[in-house]
Amino acid sequence: MSFAFMLAYVIQRVIQSALVLLVVGLVAFSMFRFVGDPVDNMLGQERTQADIDRLRTQLGLDQPFPVQYVKFLSGAAQGNFGVSYRQGRPVSEILVQRAPATLELAAVSGFLAITIGIGLGVFTAIRRNGFTANAIMSLSLIGVSLPTFLIGILLIYLFSVELGWLPSFGRGETVQIGWWSTGFLTESGLKALILPSITLGLYQMTLIMRLVRSEMLEVLRQDYIRFARARGLRDRAVNFRHALKNTLVPVITVTGLQLGSIIAFAIITETVFQWPGVGLLFINAIQFVDIPVMAAYLMLISVMFVGINLIVDLLYFAIDPRLRADRTKAH
Amino acid sequence: MSEPILSIRNLTVEIPTRQGILRPVNGVSYDIGRGEILGVVGESGAGKSMAGNAVIGLLSPPARIAEGEIHVNGARIDQLKGDAMRRLRGKEIGMVFQDPLTSLNPLLRIGDQLTETILAHLPLSRSQAEERAVQALDEVGIPGAAERVNSYPHEFSGGMRQRVVIALALCAEPSLIIADEPTTALDVSVQAQIIALLKQLCRNRGTAVMLITHDMGVIAEAADRVAVMYAGKLVELGPVREVLTTPRHPYTDGLMGSTPLASRGKDRLHQIPGAMPRLDSLPQGCAFHPRCPYAQAQCKADPAPKLNEGEGAACWFPLPHATKVA
Repeated sequence: MSFAFMLAYVIQRVIQSALVLLVVGLVAFSMFRFVGDPVDNMLGQERTQADIDRLRTQLGLDQPFPVQYVKFLSGAAQGNFGVSYRQGRPVSEILVQRAPATLELAAVSGFLAITIGIGLGVFTAIRRNGFTANAIMSLSLIGVSLPTFLIGILLIYLFSVELGWLPSFGRGETVQIGWWSTGFLTESGLKALILPSITLGLYQMTLIMRLVRSEMLEVLRQDYIRFARARGLRDRAVNFRHALKNTLVPVITVTGLQLGSIIAFAIITETVFQWPGVGLLFINAIQFVDIPVMAAYLMLISVMFVGINLIVDLLYFAIDPRLRADRTKAH
Repeated sequence: MSEPILSIRNLTVEIPTRQGILRPVNGVSYDIGRGEILGVVGESGAGKSMAGNAVIGLLSPPARIAEGEIHVNGARIDQLKGDAMRRLRGKEIGMVFQDPLTSLNPLLRIGDQLTETILAHLPLSRSQAEERAVQALDEVGIPGAAERVNSYPHEFSGGMRQRVVIALALCAEPSLIIADEPTTALDVSVQAQIIALLKQLCRNRGTAVMLITHDMGVIAEAADRVAVMYAGKLVELGPVREVLTTPRHPYTDGLMGSTPLASRGKDRLHQIPGAMPRLDSLPQGCAFHPRCPYAQAQCKADPAPKLNEGEGAACWFPLPHATKVA
């Protein structure tokens, strides 16, 4: 594939992504008009109408909706999401402070979901009539059907309350590296990661596993797998080099979307485990009608979704040479 | 003839089913010598491919070898399992599949598919294996082999892909090639080229070939001897000229009569009445008797005589002496 074509494709996708973000911003922003009036929460019981009006003008809430939206966009484009109504600090500062907790949690869950999911998927496909494989498949139904919060509560009950092995809430001790606070470097930080990341990743793990399994079963029936065996290649080469690679295009599509939702659905896990990340921040912001925080959070999540989708599209080209060829011919 | 490369004795493949045990290959015996091409013909379901899969150890369960022996280069292989059998595949026995469009992995460069096969069997370094891959492509007549090793399968035409498949089957220099309908999926114009290539490569290397096909033209073109299969059994075996011009088994005769030939003019094409019986409802006696124009009482009662190591026809009343029953 020519480099110029690749560049043109990326630019085209980036423009599309920007449009998606604009629409997300518009929808999110118009929804906030219905969650309540932030001014109610910000002023005490003994407020006067003059106080309310003054605060409205100060926050720009007296301006028409389109003006507010354009102001928000122009600020957001420069990384300025305004000031949190509740904390009185710039939203970008709060997000930077909170993001590492969520990103570390999501990274660990995503890693667990992908490695264990693909590993078990391949295993259950190769040994499709084995006892262990069937047992794993039955257990995976539980992972698919149990709601996240319930899994979290069950894990807390078992490992924190009954066994007392792992903490039930919080991040443990963290170490500050520049602006990034990490829980990877302390024992309590690592211990604190275990339960929330299992809770968050279990659903995605079982989903990836079942997908990999069904794709593998399909691919293992193909002629080129029989031919690979007929050439005397080792089982490992046949299963992983030949079969697994051919299952990757659909698997990457779903996995990409799942990674996006790991970050988005961290809200529930973070609430269950009182994990000090952006999800918990968002939930608290809703209660307080902290519009700048909510808007910034939604924009952040949509940037991540759009970014992951772009990466997924580019991965297709990396994996499947047929896509490259067809595109080059077409252009 | 010196010791045969492949020797099959009384090979029986069984598939257990709820209705009973099916025998898609039933007591088949034949040899293939060095540099010899044995054509295996028969209708779909006659057991041609199943016998080939049994030899290379790729029967899909629950099908299994129930009886008989398979020897390759004098060593018995039908009882080998797992890794021992894997080592033979590609190294001693190569296989060419029917459809070149589906038998190459679409995501791997053909050079990589060649080198991985070479490295799996031969004690070579990676760069030596790569050199050999280019050589293998060159030998099957792919122009510009040195650049083409970096191409993906979709960048080749059907005929070229079948050349690649042949290169893959031959790259570790096996002494036996099982070619399962190697030309069926190709254009007629390409078929002759592929057959000629296969023939020439095997002649030069002394590779034995089991050429499975239902195309009598391909047999006439390439094979030295012919084995005719019907309902899992070998019904006739002999040198290609004899079998094609003076078939002795009535089934072979019918098969020859139903092959369209330009020299035969525009008369109605002969056909064998009826269809090959299903494996779960084989008739008593000779499996062919319900369709046989020469069938006698004995054919209905007794199983056809066994055609063992010798050549000839497994028939109570072989042609040309049999008389038609009205």
